[in-house]
Amino acid sequence: MFPRLLRFATPTSTRLTLTRPLMPRPPHMDPEGRRPVEQSIRTKLSESLCPDHLEVHNESHMHAVPPGSESHFRVLVVSGRFEGLSLLQRHRLVNEALREELSGRVHALAIQAKTPQQWEGNPTLAKSPPCMGGSKGDHTVEEKLKAGGGVGEGH
Amino acid sequence: MNSLIRHSARCLRSVVFVAKPANVAVPGRLLCEAADTQKDLGEMVKKDKVVVFMKGTPAQPMCGFSNAVVQILRMHGVDNYAAYNVLEDQELRQGVKLFSNWPTIPQVYFNGEFVGGCDILLQMHQNGDLVDELKKLGIHSALLDSEKESK
Repeated sequence: MFPRLLRFATPTSTRLTLTRPLMPRPPHMDPEGRRPVEQSIRTKLSESLCPDHLEVHNESHMHAVPPGSESHFRVLVVSGRFEGLSLLQRHRLVNEALREELSGRVHALAIQAKTPQQWEGNPTLAKSPPCMGGSKGDHTVEEKLKAGGGVGEGH
Repeated sequence: MNSLIRHSARCLRSVVFVAKPANVAVPGRLLCEAADTQKDLGEMVKKDKVVVFMKGTPAQPMCGFSNAVVQILRMHGVDNYAAYNVLEDQELRQGVKLFSNWPTIPQVYFNGEFVGGCDILLQMHQNGDLVDELKKLGIHSALLDSEKESK
């Protein structure tokens, strides 16, 4: 009995590819690097804003969160749907499209929302400022990372 | 004895869950506090011309995006503004997101009206709109003086 228990208690890399490990990795670290949050952001922005150009950058590595996190993102959305809208209106559209992510695992979202004409005039991605460590020891970030089993998995 | 404990636990759970609708998980006391926070926020954003909800303080920002807002305002010579540190108050932190219908911090208000976060303030600064908006508040941007000097 004991040898059998010990075998299941210490999953090996081979076992991970064949079966679900008994002791799963923390939910914010996808073992196969599938980046579910990034994929979800990309899908939702594509569907809601039909962008001419879309960039989704995971900037979590620039912040005080564990490696492999999907908590901090920068998005660049170029869409004709932004014509005639103020910056605030554009950002609200993006926030609304990503409401589920933003109330779940995404802690920070930097947004550039441009019309095609604006993008042609200045096709540059803005840079995020350096982290000042606010996420370190921030229990709400830790909770978000622990709670998320990926968007759509329900939490 | 165990069955007595299990029975008591079941009763306790049933009392708690009967008292509230299924889709609300917040007890009555916290709901009242949340309402107070929303009311306070309504007053807070109007008390000063420029109000910033941020992580950390203007002297010691704890987030790069909050720091960017502080730096931009400083560049324009805006030193006299109300800054609220959401890291010190979790109710405020969640309350302001609900109040503004905006999911992230920092958040900037001009004359009680929500302006946006770091990205919007930065773009306003870059395209010159911030100088105009500050003028509407009766605030003369320091950048106008430095432009005059350079000419």
